[in-house]
Amino acid sequence: MTNRTFVLTCLTPLLIFSLAFLAFPLMRLFLASVEGDNGWAVYLDIIRKPRYINTLVLTVLVSLATTFAALAVSTTAGMFLVRNKFRGRNILLSILTLPLAFPGVVIGFLIILLGGRQGLINQITPGHVVFAYSVLGLFLGYLYFSIPRVLLTVMAAAEKLDPALEEAARTLGANPFRVVVDVILPGLMPSLIASGAIAFATAMGAFGTAFTLATNIDVIPMVIYTEFTLSANIAMAAALSIVLGIVTWILLLIARSLSGTTVAAGG
Amino acid sequence: MFRSKTKLLQLTVTLTACAFLLIPTLMSVLAGVTVNYFKGVSSGLTFKWVLNVWELYADSIFLSLWLAIACLIVTLIIGLPAAYGLARHPGWLSRLLEEFISLPLAVPGLALALALLQLYGTLSGFRTSWTFILVGHVLYTLPFMVRSILAVLAAMDLKTLEEGAASLGASPWQRFRDIVVPNAMPGILAGALTVVTLSIGEFNLTWMLHTPYLKTLPVGLADSYASMRLEIASAYTLVFFVLIVPLLMAMQWASARAQRIAQ
Repeated sequence: MTNRTFVLTCLTPLLIFSLAFLAFPLMRLFLASVEGDNGWAVYLDIIRKPRYINTLVLTVLVSLATTFAALAVSTTAGMFLVRNKFRGRNILLSILTLPLAFPGVVIGFLIILLGGRQGLINQITPGHVVFAYSVLGLFLGYLYFSIPRVLLTVMAAAEKLDPALEEAARTLGANPFRVVVDVILPGLMPSLIASGAIAFATAMGAFGTAFTLATNIDVIPMVIYTEFTLSANIAMAAALSIVLGIVTWILLLIARSLSGTTVAAGG
Repeated sequence: MFRSKTKLLQLTVTLTACAFLLIPTLMSVLAGVTVNYFKGVSSGLTFKWVLNVWELYADSIFLSLWLAIACLIVTLIIGLPAAYGLARHPGWLSRLLEEFISLPLAVPGLALALALLQLYGTLSGFRTSWTFILVGHVLYTLPFMVRSILAVLAAMDLKTLEEGAASLGASPWQRFRDIVVPNAMPGILAGALTVVTLSIGEFNLTWMLHTPYLKTLPVGLADSYASMRLEIASAYTLVFFVLIVPLLMAMQWASARAQRIAQ
């Protein structure tokens, strides 16, 4: 066997698997989206029918809120952990990255323990505070999911920032706010955009968290799920999946071109 | 003065984030071993719920472990040679292929599951067997295995090593076995731990692909959250934590090690 044929043989199992279980199924999904009663108009329906357009707007808004909150929290915590060495730093870091392996359903449950009827907040506050099943609960669930992912990307970039630049800015009389805005944020910008795109894409497609929390909230993954299982509206479920898939794929492409990281979406 | 104030603010944000992530986790652990969560810890601690979980869900736990091992074997068989092929043939075609198999990282699991169901849902023998779930898990974890090995292989001078071995008369297969595989070990280890960790926790695809007779651990979790009392749901989550947290730590250690070697 020559060298070239050996190398090609090595790639064959991958080619067969990804054709059979990725390329063909995705093509079939696309065909299913236009094979419904409405044909291609199904894609128009997404922006024409109030139910779908409202879902789209709500999903984008919650995902945007998650993205900015996760960026704010993780950048602050990440810069702090990179710039300060102290006892217990590693413990804090472990706590902040622990949820990386939690599936979305588990995070949904953890939010229920915080804000559900038997939840912590309801027990320690007077009155009846239950937010787990509202948009706020969903937002907190997505935030829980995003903080560790954004933190890791930001910390990797922050370690490469030169502290001398900040010191120079400070000796020149810049106050801490100006140092952050003029020195730290521009230096971190590629990784902030990258991790922001990851957080946004993850929140858009998060099914597990929505499955436990969003029983009464229409976000895209839940609508896809109900269209498929309850209404048997395969064409719409397929069309929404395709649109969602293209959006998250483009976002993660941007993220990777900026930071070169691979963080699992899912959720 | 300003400096200490900003530091204080940073510390507060960091600690609040830690509390937000840690407190519900601890509550879930505690609830899983409390006699009656509604009355609080004063009602006593017990392993009753964990035993209950074992009786109710042992099958799901074993199915998940089995799937994770099967998934590891398949991703190794497909991913290891593929990573070698991609490393030996760098170029736009390889980039394209790598990009394509990485689609499952970006496209939500729900969409992939729908696609699989559309194409294979009518093949009832396949649809109802555990291999259908396995396909979903392999689809999702394969890019991690390939990239993890590829990163290590791309960092070393594979061509020179192989040419040396070839000049001594080693066949392509011998070179693969004796040079590529041993050198790729850190990447294989990191990839393997990632695959197992992700497979055990996978929910989005699995929820759509599973059948009532084939429930994985996370599917069982969703089940218990919807239909069991809080203590059992918590105890089950506790079992999941015990399984996944050591795996996550091993995975982070192995990935950091592989990254150091790749640099």
